[in-house]
Amino acid sequence: MSGAVRGIEEIVREHPFFEGLLEPFGKLISGCARNVHFQHGAYIFREGDAIDQFYLIRQGHVALEINAPGRGAITFRTVQEDEIVGVSWLIPPYRWTYNARVVEFTRAIAIDASCLRGKCEADHDLGYEVMKRFMTVLIQQLHAAQVQILDVYGEQT
Amino acid sequence: MVPRVARVRRRRHEGPNVWTLDIEADGLAQTTTMPGQFNMLTAFGVGEAPISVSGEPAQPGRLVHTIRAVGPVSRALANLGPGDAVGVRGPFGAGWPMTEAAARDVVILSGGLGLAPLRPALYHLMAERERGGRLVLLYGARSPEDILFRKELEAWRRRLDVEIEVTVDHAGPDWRGRVGIVTSLLDRARFEPSKTLAMVCGPEIMMRFSVAALRDAGVKSEAIYLSMERNMKCAIGLCGHCQLGTVFVCRDGPVFRFDKLAALLKYKEL
Repeated sequence: MSGAVRGIEEIVREHPFFEGLLEPFGKLISGCARNVHFQHGAYIFREGDAIDQFYLIRQGHVALEINAPGRGAITFRTVQEDEIVGVSWLIPPYRWTYNARVVEFTRAIAIDASCLRGKCEADHDLGYEVMKRFMTVLIQQLHAAQVQILDVYGEQT
Repeated sequence: MVPRVARVRRRRHEGPNVWTLDIEADGLAQTTTMPGQFNMLTAFGVGEAPISVSGEPAQPGRLVHTIRAVGPVSRALANLGPGDAVGVRGPFGAGWPMTEAAARDVVILSGGLGLAPLRPALYHLMAERERGGRLVLLYGARSPEDILFRKELEAWRRRLDVEIEVTVDHAGPDWRGRVGIVTSLLDRARFEPSKTLAMVCGPEIMMRFSVAALRDAGVKSEAIYLSMERNMKCAIGLCGHCQLGTVFVCRDGPVFRFDKLAALLKYKEL
């Protein structure tokens, strides 16, 4: 059992999202983590589902999409290995606002959101480390969304 | 200043409102163009517009231009068919730094129609791979349907000496490629920043963010080149329509080294 936990801990700390994480924090986070995998075409979650976990992608390709009436599902971002899926686990109401559809077989580490929130509340140093990393991702995603909204490739007269 | 008359040989549909004209240029005084240069094309009876050369450089007797039909002149040009007359003035402008690019890693960051002025540079670089370092093309489009030169991109991707990544801003469920802004492709591209020369072309907003992302990745400002677009009319630095601060895009550009333009690009009035 401890061998399996150590394997997860190594994987968590080796994932680029947690680069530089101190060992004690790696242990804490990996206590909330498990290996998962998804087949092509599967939905990891759907819009409106409660957020139970977020994902460190180790291998594969996931499309994040929103259903639009009359237009079907529109993919607004794809996520590949070394990236993460899910930032909304941090704040209520803890609900997914989009679907995550597997484009290619995907392996990931699923981290229990409630478990990690509890540990961050108990250990604010851990919380700060986690927040710093998620803020970076959030700002990148916000910038990308701003550029996408501008529709820079649209027709200009 | 007087356009020479040439004939359209072929017209090819590239995507929504985008057409490529293959122009028979035998008899024109100069048909060899440098990658990044442009010609002023005339749709007789309608008007004249600056269009970048988008075909293989140094192909005698042949001019290739890719046109997006957005206004009356570009629409008239895009509607020309085989045998139709078209006026040609040029070539004009400063092109991509092909000599400086030799033996360096080259990253080409383009978006939308911006791939058209870069295609001649790509042809040149691919023909001279044994001299160079890595060649990376990162391309962004609005949607899969808007990807320019798609068959060619797929063919280039099959080469082993060129790295090509494509992303779109949004897509339907049939798209199996990447979705996201073009600068997100830089994270995974393999190049040595200190040895890299970058060529950037696309909407100006996209170019600004691309330059910032390249600099964040460690590429020097003096190794980044942009192709600027302004309202060019005379193409010979006389009318002033394309003036950008102290430079004229038609004469001093359209390709500029970023560090020479950086101060000017801060002013939204320009």
